[in-house]
Amino acid sequence: MRYYELSFWDIENFFYKLAELRDAVERPRTRQERVGTVLVKHAFPIFQKGGVIMDVTNPSQAQIAEAAGAVAVMVLDKLPYDVRKSGGVARMAEPRVIEEVMNSVTIPIMAKVRIGHYMEARVLEALGVDMIDESEVLTPADEEHHIDKWQFKVPFVNGARNLGEALRRIYEGGSMIRTKGEAGTGNVSEAVKHMKVVNKEISELSSMSHEDMLKRARELQVPVELVRLTATLRRLPVVNFAAGGIATPADAALMMWLGADGVFVGSGIFKSEDPEERAKAVVLATSNWDDPEIVLEAQKMISEKKSMMGIDVKTLKPEELLQVRGS
Amino acid sequence: MKIGILAYQGSFEEHFHHLRLAMSSSETQGEVLPVRKLNDIKVIDGIIIPGGESTTLGVLMRRMGILDELREVIRSGLPVFGTCAGAIMLAKESADAKVKMEQPLLGVMDMAVVRNYYGRQRESFQETIDATSIGAGKVLVPFIRAPVISKVWGPTEILVQLEGRPVMVREGNALATTFHPELSSTPSFHGYFLRLVKR
Repeated sequence: MRYYELSFWDIENFFYKLAELRDAVERPRTRQERVGTVLVKHAFPIFQKGGVIMDVTNPSQAQIAEAAGAVAVMVLDKLPYDVRKSGGVARMAEPRVIEEVMNSVTIPIMAKVRIGHYMEARVLEALGVDMIDESEVLTPADEEHHIDKWQFKVPFVNGARNLGEALRRIYEGGSMIRTKGEAGTGNVSEAVKHMKVVNKEISELSSMSHEDMLKRARELQVPVELVRLTATLRRLPVVNFAAGGIATPADAALMMWLGADGVFVGSGIFKSEDPEERAKAVVLATSNWDDPEIVLEAQKMISEKKSMMGIDVKTLKPEELLQVRGS
Repeated sequence: MKIGILAYQGSFEEHFHHLRLAMSSSETQGEVLPVRKLNDIKVIDGIIIPGGESTTLGVLMRRMGILDELREVIRSGLPVFGTCAGAIMLAKESADAKVKMEQPLLGVMDMAVVRNYYGRQRESFQETIDATSIGAGKVLVPFIRAPVISKVWGPTEILVQLEGRPVMVREGNALATTFHPELSSTPSFHGYFLRLVKR
């Protein structure tokens, strides 16, 4: 178990003061709210930690995910692999399908909206999904801005390739971060790269003088206080999952070892030929990542012949990369 | 004193932090250990079952072969503290407001719970509860997709209530909350549990 210097409450104190600061310069709001507060939104992903969130396209896949021990499901119109193949504009999933999934399982339901698409997010909030993923897998609706997530009562998860992207999303009101990886490839290399970049950038902060940290905050385009909080914690101040290209139990365990709090598995499960066993195996390996014998056991549950074929990231043209969307 | 935390999934690191705080503020010499395997259970004097997804916790406890053993040691007196999903795991009766799915549970406390009683994340809330009964005073805590304790019977006593519903209960050495003390400002709830373990 990892031990952090600050408790959840200490971190929330920081965000509460940030909210007070915003209120001081904007219209003052009553602080007596019970639901949709920063505390309630940041608390939700804490209970996903150590777990696997699986992409699904229908209720029967969602039931397989739940029975295997997934902590949540992400409802999509198409799996990222199919988004990549079909081309065209990728949008949020049909509300009817999301509702069907909501009625068929007890675990939390997440769904994706296009980057910057305020109204798709409002629709999903009204529908009652538990978390919204503002995702680069869908075609961005706004090339310049992300959604102002402080305005929502539902928590958001956002993708990031580096510390700057992560802290900007947190400062915009994101409650959870996931590495972008390169979705729909079955190739974990980009997820590894992004997780290592974030780790390296955080460790560099710890030895910085205040002056250097001010300069770094300007480069990262966030307040220096948020940078300082990250330096003290030696990790991102919100839950951070790995995503993009995770296809096997060993992939999941690798990302946990690199410091991820949990994993998203997109095409890796339902684009394989053994989704039921694979789902169980990835869950087992994620929660027992630091025990190689259990990861071995999990790895034995699947057959490499049945893994999704996968795409070598180097063969993708620059315009085919999803990760560069929304920085 | 060795306290285990079921460390598959959920708020186990947050419990770790608060347990250490509670130990140092009560000057208790102790160690906190993650529990994942059968052998881990054999050396501990108490166990915390954290918040998370109760279905996931159940699936993993069965898969790792500790579900039956843990039930046995709790029945024979091992102190246990379950929060949110942990409370669901401890209840003898569990129902879901919407979907009926059979899930593996420990079933050791005389209480009935309804999962996701308040609704989805949209309905999750924070509230100041009055925990003077256990010496914690008034504390702001989050309830995240929380269950409700719909009924208690037998020796189970209600320690803290909110709007007429029990939110913290105790039966002998077993303690359950539907809220998250590990996300609060105080280690008092963990301190209360440590006192149970010491007895």
